[in-house]
Amino acid sequence: MSQPVAVPDPTKIALESRAKSLLNRPRRRLAATRFSEIGIYVALICCGLFSLLITVSIIGVLLTETTRFFQFDEVTLSNFLGSAEWTPNLGEPKSFGIWGLISGTLLVTGIAMAFALPLGLVTAIYLSEYAPRQIRNFLKPILEVLAGIPTVVYGFFALMTITPFLQWVHEGFNVYNAMSAGLAVGILCFPTVCSLAEDALQSVPKTLRDGALGLGGTRFDATVKVILPAALSGIISAFLLAVARAIGETMIVALAAGSRPQATLDPRNEIQTMTGFMVQMAGGDVSNFGTEYFSMYAVAFTLFLITLALTMMGNVVRGRFRETYE
Amino acid sequence: MANQSTNAIEASNLNAWYGDFQALNSISLQIPKNEVTAFIGPSGCGKSTLLRWFNRMNDTIHSASATGDLRLGDIDLLSSATDVVDLRRRVGIVFQKANPFPKSIFENVAFGPRLHMKLNKTELQDLVEWALRKAAVWEEVKDRLNAPALGLSGGQQQRLCIARAIATGPEILLMDEPCSALDPASTLAIEDLMDELRSQYTIVIVTHNMQQASRCSDKTAFFFEGKVIEFNSTEKIFTTPNAKQTEDYVRGKFG
Amino acid sequence: MSQSGTDKTEEKTANALASHRRDKLRGSESRMNTDRWFRRICVMVAAVSVIILLFLLGSIIQQGVPSLSTTLLTGTPEPDPSQAGAWPAIAGTIWVCSICALVTLPVGIGTALLIEEFKPRSRWGSRIFSLIQLNISNLAGVPSVVYGILGLTAFVSMFSLFGVDKNGIQGFEVGAKYFDQFTNLASDPFLSMGMEGVEERYFLAPVADRADPPTIPKQGMTIFEYQNDQLNPVKISVVGPEDLPPTDPVELSLAIDANALPGRISEKAWYYFRLPFGRGVLSGALTLMLVILPVIIISSQEALRSVPSSLRDGARGLGATPWQVIWNITLPAAAPGIMTGSILAMSRAIGETAPILIIAGIVYIRNAPHHLMDSYTVLPLQIYNWTSRPQEEFHSIAAAGIVVLLGILLSFNAIAVILRHRMQNKIN
Repeated sequence: MSQPVAVPDPTKIALESRAKSLLNRPRRRLAATRFSEIGIYVALICCGLFSLLITVSIIGVLLTETTRFFQFDEVTLSNFLGSAEWTPNLGEPKSFGIWGLISGTLLVTGIAMAFALPLGLVTAIYLSEYAPRQIRNFLKPILEVLAGIPTVVYGFFALMTITPFLQWVHEGFNVYNAMSAGLAVGILCFPTVCSLAEDALQSVPKTLRDGALGLGGTRFDATVKVILPAALSGIISAFLLAVARAIGETMIVALAAGSRPQATLDPRNEIQTMTGFMVQMAGGDVSNFGTEYFSMYAVAFTLFLITLALTMMGNVVRGRFRETYE
Repeated sequence: MANQSTNAIEASNLNAWYGDFQALNSISLQIPKNEVTAFIGPSGCGKSTLLRWFNRMNDTIHSASATGDLRLGDIDLLSSATDVVDLRRRVGIVFQKANPFPKSIFENVAFGPRLHMKLNKTELQDLVEWALRKAAVWEEVKDRLNAPALGLSGGQQQRLCIARAIATGPEILLMDEPCSALDPASTLAIEDLMDELRSQYTIVIVTHNMQQASRCSDKTAFFFEGKVIEFNSTEKIFTTPNAKQTEDYVRGKFG
Repeated sequence: MSQSGTDKTEEKTANALASHRRDKLRGSESRMNTDRWFRRICVMVAAVSVIILLFLLGSIIQQGVPSLSTTLLTGTPEPDPSQAGAWPAIAGTIWVCSICALVTLPVGIGTALLIEEFKPRSRWGSRIFSLIQLNISNLAGVPSVVYGILGLTAFVSMFSLFGVDKNGIQGFEVGAKYFDQFTNLASDPFLSMGMEGVEERYFLAPVADRADPPTIPKQGMTIFEYQNDQLNPVKISVVGPEDLPPTDPVELSLAIDANALPGRISEKAWYYFRLPFGRGVLSGALTLMLVILPVIIISSQEALRSVPSSLRDGARGLGATPWQVIWNITLPAAAPGIMTGSILAMSRAIGETAPILIIAGIVYIRNAPHHLMDSYTVLPLQIYNWTSRPQEEFHSIAAAGIVVLLGILLSFNAIAVILRHRMQNKIN
């Protein structure tokens, strides 16, 4: 085979020299770019520090206003931490026993979790281990939609649908009751539990699953004996984050749980949660800057500490879990 | 020692680490100007590390550090005061896996010139055409310059990346196993291309492919466990190497 | 780490093997049964979630759709349920959420860029970065009602930094004009008795400073009247206690009492601004920013992480500066992911009620906001307001409001899903 004789193409040569001259031109100076780069970097650092500033100001605001609350004569720390009587408005002897509100929060959270945890976990197992593709593709968007519905809608649902249903089942239910709010919060937390737990199950290495199945185990064996234990810390973190979410939930309890703080275990009763109290205060019941107004900050601080502890624990456990498998 | 002006890059007693792991151990070598230098050696022998120090791509790896002396002309490549952005204009790099930007073919090649030069539209078009011709993909892409670059085949993508590197007007072109992910036809096209480019650019290529090194390089350095075992003309390395390890490697006894 | 992972794998497999042997002795029949039952339970439970969703949507649609009407979209929240509408609330939502998006997106994406693209080399730098990262994941868990409390203190009253002066006026403001409003003598029914063509008119005397004492009516003072949306100067006569009131209807219309006490009113420009922000739109937007900032940061980080580092290397290898790499390569590649995350975060902001309730309270708003400091309400808050009323009719309107709200949110979600789908197609 003979190579065609290379004829120098005049246009190509012209292009070559033109490109050469273009490339030899003086380049853009970097100084201006450098300067703006530094400006941008500083701006980005400010953005990063802003998030730290938020935390600092949350803690600062809550701490100073809570301190102011405890400086009132009618407030004592022992009363706050040791009593379950929360009567900021009614009656002459005011009592600020935070347990009156915490117990309400715990009751609602307990009901919500009793609903959301088992259902969420089983659905997660189903989605991760059993469900055929089509059902997965159908269920996941539904969970996303459920997670995207505003809480005030759940509150409406609790008050207008769940409560009448409960009253139809059993006459003892108050118009405002812990059960209805708890169930609605449970429905709200269900997608959170489900998707976080499913993430945990999915990140268990395939080799573990295949190993168990390859030994002749059924899917149930593989799930219960191998995958669940392996994903346990991930599931625990999902639970912790869901509990934190339930504790901080506001609109549902404001609408459906009522506004009478009391330490009770009876889910038919009207109760008040920490968040419910804050909404009641800010919603206009109190206009002066008296003790009850500042008690809102003390409640907010308590709420913040509880949820912060749960979120941090959840994140730490999740971090550990990720470290193990990723 | 060779005359200063004939060498593009000079390393002496260069040591480099990733954290506690020493990747390069007292490297001394001179990369000659306007020639193709090949780095060969088994995986993990430090040849890519050295290449990445030539234009400071290691800066993004936080554990990477180096001591010794590494110079490009009068630029100290190890100094933290060195302007890496300016350096990378002069030292282009082509990676193992083609990495065209998710933009059009034209925009890919125009990326560097746009950053560094003030060009009007026709000048930019001329430069892009020149670079694409130089990289031997012009005929294949001239009718679809606005099509997404990710739609090209692997070999075309890699040649596009070479065009992209050339369009910035570098003096030195670093190639980090540019053909390892390509089919034989594309590999051949890129080897032809290197042959075409050698007169104008200093090319350093890292390769696992012995034939490739022997076919297209003027000089070859054999790396083993972070050291340069032998650095010589390619012909010498592949016919009568001085070191036993080099001989074993080029004969395919290990690696 | 991978070493221990393998060990664990082996250990677990060995355990499974042992239990398998035990099961074999027990007989595989019962094991297959357990599996079957478990699968059934799973299907039932998963079905529950679908049923709940259908039930929830069904009950709301059943209550809400009959009350859907144009009055709902365009009307004001009248006390009469049949005429009540949510226009001020919808407008409030649009105002608050657009401003929230404008301030949150740059800060959120900026923070994500800082953490993902500018990882520091120094030990102290990386400590600060991991602190910021930890802080963000904790902020994401803070209940929104707590952000409401922070917004109340930080934005509404600005930590009470702006003291109240001796005239009871707080802080600093621009863009407001003050007037003292007088009514004419014709509004006195006793004087205008039996006269034809006498109408009630209002006259506005400009006030130089909002702290000035009330204007005292004087003969020949500069005074204006609103006519056809314009302030026109008018000539009025001041009638002292000793004078006889004019008997001519026109003159009476243009006369005011010398002892009249004016009402102080203000006209606020679109750029009206004050410190502290008070219970205005800006406070609401900034408070919502606190709520969704962590969400936007986390989703933007994920989007940035999914951009292959080979692209960054490619641009860097061509001599692009760090910001040029980000602006030209990383951000465009991550844009669909960032947009998806941002849209989902915005739909959260639209539905967020508790913090707005804390900072704005339940107030009766008849108008859409006109400036950043204007009082406002948002759609979810209006829904809350209607739901918490005792009358049944308001509950139906609340349900209709929910249908509108869900419609907005679902369309947002649909956009996000389409974007994500496109993005996945692009990667494949």
